[in-house]
Order: sequence, then structure tokens, then C-alpha cells
Amino acid sequence: MHTVGVVVLVTGVARHLGARFAAEVRRRPGVDLVVGVDVQPPRLPVEEPDGPAAEYRFQQLDLRRPAVSRVIAEHRVDTVVHLSVSATGLGSTNRSAVKESNVIGTMQLLGACQKAPGVRRLVVKSTTGVYGSAPRDPAVFTERIQPKNPPGGGFAKDAAEVEGYVRGFARRRPDVAVTVLRFANIVGPGADTPLSEYFALPVLPTVLGYDPRLQFVHEDDAVAVLCRAAGEAEPGTANTGTFNVAGEGVLLLSQCARRLGRPTLPLLLPAVSWMAGLARQTRLVDVSPEQLRLLTHGRVVDTTRLREIFGYRPAFTTPEAFADFAAAQGSGLLPPERLAAVTDRLAALLGPERAPAADARTALTDRPRRPRS
Amino acid sequence: MSAAAENAPGEARVIPIESAPSWTSPDRPGLADRLADAVGVALSGQLGPATTRVFGKGWEGRAADGLAFLRRRITGDYEVDEFGFDRELTEEVLLSLLRPLAEKYFRIEVRGIENIPAEGGALIVANHSGTVPLDALMTQVAIHDHHPHHRHLRMLAADLVFVLPGVNELARKAGHTLACNEDAQALLERGEVVGVWPEGFKGIGKPFAERYKLQRFGRGGFVSSALRARVPIVPCSIVGAEETYPMIGNVKTLARLLGLPYVPITPTFPWLGPLGVLPLPTKWTIQFGEPIATDGYPSEAADDPMLVFDLADEVRETIQHTLYKLLMQRRSVFF
Repeated sequence: MHTVGVVVLVTGVARHLGARFAAEVRRRPGVDLVVGVDVQPPRLPVEEPDGPAAEYRFQQLDLRRPAVSRVIAEHRVDTVVHLSVSATGLGSTNRSAVKESNVIGTMQLLGACQKAPGVRRLVVKSTTGVYGSAPRDPAVFTERIQPKNPPGGGFAKDAAEVEGYVRGFARRRPDVAVTVLRFANIVGPGADTPLSEYFALPVLPTVLGYDPRLQFVHEDDAVAVLCRAAGEAEPGTANTGTFNVAGEGVLLLSQCARRLGRPTLPLLLPAVSWMAGLARQTRLVDVSPEQLRLLTHGRVVDTTRLREIFGYRPAFTTPEAFADFAAAQGSGLLPPERLAAVTDRLAALLGPERAPAADARTALTDRPRRPRS
Repeated sequence: MSAAAENAPGEARVIPIESAPSWTSPDRPGLADRLADAVGVALSGQLGPATTRVFGKGWEGRAADGLAFLRRRITGDYEVDEFGFDRELTEEVLLSLLRPLAEKYFRIEVRGIENIPAEGGALIVANHSGTVPLDALMTQVAIHDHHPHHRHLRMLAADLVFVLPGVNELARKAGHTLACNEDAQALLERGEVVGVWPEGFKGIGKPFAERYKLQRFGRGGFVSSALRARVPIVPCSIVGAEETYPMIGNVKTLARLLGLPYVPITPTFPWLGPLGVLPLPTKWTIQFGEPIATDGYPSEAADDPMLVFDLADEVRETIQHTLYKLLMQRRSVFF
């Protein structure tokens, strides 16, 4: 350890997750300085924590240029948290620009880290998308499984390439503790992930004959996992290596739609692909081909390593994380409360003792009940 | 929905509906209110006694259970496991649909159900036959209905199942998953009863002349999975499925064209059109044999190919012998 406290460099702070992590890590004891970098200044002003917090500095720079090397040297950074690998670009939605920012940006950052002897720890945000989505792959992916059909393009391929470079870096700098976190779809009241755009549609087009299994992780859990990975490992746990991060449990797409109160429109796969392409071109909704594959075949990862080795149990299960996200969404065309009210009302007609439960009936007491036959 | 009656109404989990908009605005009755009122008027009038006559006594209870089920389904308030197994849908709907076929049509006789443990993992290994994997589905019904703990059989299915639209969705919801080592081991370690038909398409798509002759048992991967998870292997012999669709020919060109392992010709298919899809009403026997323990082997045994092949052979021989014994006892194919 240095004589001074820890200096943390965070990339991708202009985004929601990066901003939240930067704010959270400042409150951690032992952290002296947090340096946030991104191509754009954050959209929201940086929140000033009320308690004691480390100093925060923002540096606007493009990771694709070698400028980050100077920032690392200038501030004597020892922990690098790389959060800027993302499915969508800031401002530009041009796919090749996004890819360049993800892959070239990571290469520049890793190059800078390699030259900086002070760097002791590297945390990289990846995605469970690196496993792809295919019918011929195992139902539950552990970290060691090599998928038969790795992602052929898009963000997931960027992430797979980024992981490859990170592995190379870990070999060249064995003294640096490297953590790769493969996050499932991050949801929450404020999370701006591509899947939330899809769930905001009034009617959800689905692929006929497929009901994919989905997993979510709450943004609070994502921030907590990143904080744990950025600090020293607690006794009995290890925070280096590759970990899947997802809330416990699984939701089917049909369940998600029903819990959101959104009707689904099952269409043949070619029709859905065509619609997704059209929506992309008209900039209406950005549903990438890899997302379409996820919404066809689904993907579930095993989180045993996260719980037992990393030592973190997500506070939100997949259904709870999704419920928190759903609460922040507007009510759909078929709100589940109203549908439940229909069946409760019908059940109440069968007699008070048949009605589902007392707490559901309290809402009915002020209305006259029909006599039983 | 007779199985629905087993669920006590009190068990139904309920979302509080205080916030339901249709209740808070009485001046503007929603569709729900009008629908409920219409049904209420009908039931309190002439229709009430008539309904009791038609559906029998206690129909209100069954209707309430049905409504509770409907409520959970339309609001998405049910659970599926990591493999996509929807226990409620399987018990209430899928098994109810298959049950008449098992009980009334094939009149399945189940023997040796006590060989399946009451709890913990077990690997059921069975012979495959009959062109359409009805034998696997019937085994699932038989285990659930006859086992004292109503255990669910988690089947390992061919990848073709998970490529086909519609089929893959139903298979996952019924608890089946892809036949691969990772999934098999994960399920066994979670303490599930896993079913495997190691002959695969070689067994199910073999010509009628080779009936009840076990085909090669693949690479014996199922034995490695059982050894790693240290669960017993239960051999299972199914008699009667071979004659449901006697395959007398195979349109190989069409099969290649469609990407299917075979396109069968049976005495009724395709000659009788849709009627040819009906299986012959054979009498079935499903016999579960003595479990073969695997917890006595050292942990590295799973990587010993000789031991794996020996165990696979032992299982195969047991099933084959039991098949011959059951065939000797059988009076007729249909009775």
C-alpha cells in the first residue's frame, strides 16, 4: 500500500452507473482521490456526498487517445475501474464508433496501465453477453464454459475482445489484481440500459414459439459489487478473477411482460428481425441483433462463484430487481392490478370464503357484494 | 382442471390491489366491473342451480381455484427455475393433458417406482423407441403420478428440441433441458431426478424390425455425470412404445431437406393423413430397476474411460434383460 490513500480512476463516469459508482467509492474509507474520465462531462451535476468523502476530479478525455497515460501518472492512480465498455455510444449511435471506443479505448487504457508501475488493481465491467444466446448451448453458463456459438458481432463481441485483452494484460502484469465482472442486464429506476427501451414499448413484439429466460441485476447491487472489487478482498473471499453478476432467479419474457402490464405481440422470427432493423434505421428503438437473439433464446448464468468466492449475495433477486424497474415505468395497457381485480371480483362472487385472501378483499368491502346463488 | 383442487385457496399468493384503478373510480366502471357484474347477475338468477346441475356439487371451489390459478398466470406471479421449469404450469396443465394418454390410452403399468429415491438426485436411464418421443413424456407422467413424493422428471433432450419454435418453449417449461454434461450435472447436483435416453435418434428412429434391440449408448457421458454428482443410476425399461408408430420406412431425402433425423413411414402415416398421426393404442409397462450406486467410487472415477464404459454397459445390459423378461410376460401388444 502507498503511504497516501488509494487513488481510483473511473472511466465512463458520464453514464448513470459510472456516476453512481464514483459517488459511492468516494465514501469508502481509505480512498483519497477519485478521478473520473469520459468523453463528455456528466449529464447530471456530480452529487456532493453529505458525509466525509474523498476528493473528486473530472477529466474530459477520449480513451482512444493516449492522454489517459498522463492522467494515471499525474495522479499516481493505483486502482483502475473500467466502466466505459458499453453497448451504446454517448451522443453517436454509429456502431463502428462505439466499437472503436470500446476496443481501442480499452487497449489504450491497458497500455497506459502496463507502463504505470503504481497500478495495483484493475476492475473491468463486462457482460454476460459474452456467452452469446443459442439453443445448442447449456442452459446455465458458469464462468468456465466456452460457448459453442460465441457472439458474432455487436457489443457482446466487443466485450469478448476486451476480456481477451484484459487476460493478456493480466499475464504481462501478474502483480496487478485483475477482476472481470460479467453483469446481466442492469435494471433499476434510473438505469439506462438498451433493454429498458424495449420494455418501454406499449406492445412488446416477441418471437413466436420462444419464451426466453432472462436475468437482471439491480443497479444498487452492480455498484456494491464494483465497490467490493475495487477494494481489498475481505478475509475468506477473493475478488480477483472472472465473476458472473446476476440476481438470483429467472424471469421469462412472458412473465416480464405480464408484470409490466404490457401485451405481447408474437411474430415469426423473420418479421421481428425486419421490424427491429426498421426501428434501428428510423432511430425509433435500438434493438440490436444480439438483443434480438437474447429475446429469442434467452440466457442464464450461474452465480455460485459470486456468492461463495467473491462473497457477495445480491440484495435484489431477478424478480425484485425487475419489480423495481417496473415500478418506475408507466403503467401498461393491461396493468396486472386490474387483471387481478377481475379474477378477485369473480372469485368474490363465489362467496366470501372463496375469495383469494383477506388483504385483497379489503378493497372490496365498500362495494355491495352480489348474493350467492 | 381436476388437479387444481389440490391447491388450497389459502396458498395462493396475492398482490395487494388497493391501488387498482378500477376500484378507486366508482363513477367510471371499468370493463372488469361490468364483466363481473354480468356474471354475478347471471349466477344469482336462473343460471345458478343449472350450473350446479351441470358441473356437480363443489363447482364453486373448483372455480375459485381455477380463478386463483388464472390470476397468477395473467399477472405473471409464478416462478420458474434457472432451466425455465414452470412447476405450476407443468402440474396444472401439461401433465393434465398427458395424463389421459398415459392412463386411458396406453394403460401404463408402472413397476419398481420405489427404486427412485424419495429425495436427492437420481439418473433414470431408459430405452428409446416409437418414432415420436412419447415414451419420455409418458415416463414423466408415470413418475409424477406414481411416486409417493410426486417427483418431477427433468429430461435431457436432443438439441433439435431446442431449435424448433414452440417445442423448445414447451420443453423448457416442462422441465427439460439440453442433453449436455454441464446441464446434466447441474440438475443432478441440485438433487433433481434426471431422465436420459442415451440411444437418442438411433433408438427412437430405428426400423420396426429392430424393435426392443438396444442401440449403442453414445459415449457414456451420462455415467460420468452421475459419477461426478455421486447419484444412483436407475435403469428403466419401457415396453409398448415400440409398437405405437411401427416405422417401416424412412424418407431419407425429405429428412435431409427438412434437417430432421428421419421422416417415418408407418402403416398409417402418411397414408391416412391426420389420422395417421394417432399412435396405436398399445399396452405399456414401465419398469424401474434396482439403482446402481455410484457414491462408492473415488472422485476421479468420472475421468476413467474404462470404468465409464463398464458402467454404461452394465446399465445397458440390465435394461436389455428386463426388456426381454417383460416381453416374455406380455400377453398381447394391445392388452
